[in-house]
Amino acid sequence: MRTAAALLAGRAAGWVSRATGRGAGTQVSGRVMLAIDPQLLTEVARGRRVAIVSATNGKTTTTRLLAEALRACGTPIVTNHTGANMPAGVAAALGRDPEPDVAILEVDERWVPKVVDPLDAEVLILGNLTRDQLDRFGEVRSIATRWRVVSDTHPKIAVVANASDPHVVWSVGAHANVTWVALGAPWRSDAATCPECAGLLTWSTDAFHCDHCGFTQPASAYRLDGDTLVTPKGDVELALQLPGDWNRMNAALALTTAIAYFDADVTRALGGMRAVEVVSGRFSTCRLSDGRDARVLLAKNPAGWTEVLRWLEPRAGAVVLAVNAHIADGRDPSWLWDVPYELLRDKAVAASGERALDVAVRLDYGGVDHIVEPDPLRAAARLVGEVHIIASYTQFTHLTRESW
Amino acid sequence: MTRDSAVRVGLVFPELLGTYGDRGNAVVLVERCRRRAIEAELVEVAAGEPIPASLDIYLFGGGEDDAQVMAAAGMCASRLAIDAARAHGAVVFAVCAGLQLLGSTYEASGGRILDGLGLVDLSTRSGDGRLIGECVVQPDASTGLPILTGFENHGGRTTLGPGVTPLGRVTVGRGNGVDGVDGVLADHLLGTYLHGPALPRNPALADHLLAWVLGEDALTPIDDQLVDRLRAERLHDAQLTGLAARRRDWHLNRG
Repeated sequence: MRTAAALLAGRAAGWVSRATGRGAGTQVSGRVMLAIDPQLLTEVARGRRVAIVSATNGKTTTTRLLAEALRACGTPIVTNHTGANMPAGVAAALGRDPEPDVAILEVDERWVPKVVDPLDAEVLILGNLTRDQLDRFGEVRSIATRWRVVSDTHPKIAVVANASDPHVVWSVGAHANVTWVALGAPWRSDAATCPECAGLLTWSTDAFHCDHCGFTQPASAYRLDGDTLVTPKGDVELALQLPGDWNRMNAALALTTAIAYFDADVTRALGGMRAVEVVSGRFSTCRLSDGRDARVLLAKNPAGWTEVLRWLEPRAGAVVLAVNAHIADGRDPSWLWDVPYELLRDKAVAASGERALDVAVRLDYGGVDHIVEPDPLRAAARLVGEVHIIASYTQFTHLTRESW
Repeated sequence: MTRDSAVRVGLVFPELLGTYGDRGNAVVLVERCRRRAIEAELVEVAAGEPIPASLDIYLFGGGEDDAQVMAAAGMCASRLAIDAARAHGAVVFAVCAGLQLLGSTYEASGGRILDGLGLVDLSTRSGDGRLIGECVVQPDASTGLPILTGFENHGGRTTLGPGVTPLGRVTVGRGNGVDGVDGVLADHLLGTYLHGPALPRNPALADHLLAWVLGEDALTPIDDQLVDRLRAERLHDAQLTGLAARRRDWHLNRG
């Protein structure tokens, strides 16, 4: 009874939020539900097979790709597709769709320990841990420690994890039921020291090792090599529509889970993943005042920015860098100096967002010519040809609200 | 003053002490030399390598707990080289974890009290809660520096020994978290809790360090209009933050 009331009130709140244009309604809807019935997560997850996807970068896309892979194999899926990944968002997603037996849920990395038990999760899918919004989240190590507690106290849960990320590997500990997939480590700056003994990690081209305590990259049955996922049953070409190496990594993690844990048919699963063009506004386009479309890319932290810039560098066209520093972006934009904006030297560039001047100073010292225009759409309109807008989180949600 | 060699700006252990864009401080120092047609070079000292005595400026940045302990070990092992460099006029600029390591002791995770380099008389303990937010520092008058803007994010409480001069008085934020001051100031040595990073936001501070190496006369003016706009924006923002904090404290005191 209480659960029913909570669901009803929550849906009403979500409808009001959407109708008044305040947001997607998921967050407020879930908050109302949980306020009325704190046991709601348990209730709405009861009897379902729950998979939790978490990472610093890529969790929304990985969740979507896994959901689509399984749907293509004929499995009905419930998922929090709008990226509302805290307990309220998870409750709202599950409450909205009571039918499907399988739930693929993106969970904020800090919240994983709090929701594993209420959801009675069956499988944990762990992508990567890098620096992200240090003023809010604390440091990489503290999140790895929280995940480690989950692994240590849930010996029966299945884990699918990225073997190339030292913090992820450490967070899984000596867990017995792990499927490792080596996704490669393009961003190593947040993993200089060994998570086990704090000694200096040694990196070879494709693996890490600690000479002090022997902590080392685990052998993995699954491995991403360029666009190919190497699996025990043979090589699989990903050929996604989604751009960039980072999405190959998301897809490799999703496909490994689909194959190794859900026994999915590879061809059908791939078909589902390849059909994905836009994920919660990511890679969507914005119409400019002159009729052109600008593609919008999300970059939340140094690792994410670096991946996006490497992808953009060989491409033609202009670039708008739209940076805010609200709580959801991280209030300290010092990280701008850890990102190789020098890669943009040959392009037309605009410094934009509420922190356009921080971006501009960074570009100036990096020898990148640029204009300064705080409004990203106006900035894009001032640049010639094809335009990509790379946006921090709150800039991104503002620009892509229509396409969610 | 003329030099027969490039200014060597050393970024010490960037993998360990580079959590908060600390590389930016090195980039700014090198670039401000080049804009004055003074040769400069960025030297990265990788973690695990000895710190050479041949650098003109030593930059110690911010880092996570474990990384700070590793960095401290490496720095203490190279103590003789650092001393030799300083005896020849080299400059030390340290931020956050780096500032803590200038002192005699600091507190690592689990409450362990460990030795720092002991270049100046200060010591750091962990405090109750992290100090996070925009921070404004009125520098010690002897420096002639304008007001400094930055962003602090740390859990340390740093106490200066008797007679040790802070970098300045904190007008917004907490700085050292003790006595209303930030950082430390000594001959050819400067430490602060300010990120942002500090030198991109405060070009005069960058030039202050360069003057120690090159002499005042070498520092011809540079067009800093863009940075000045950023500084005005940040200082305005910090004043609003500061007002809000004071209003909150006032309400707390009443309640």
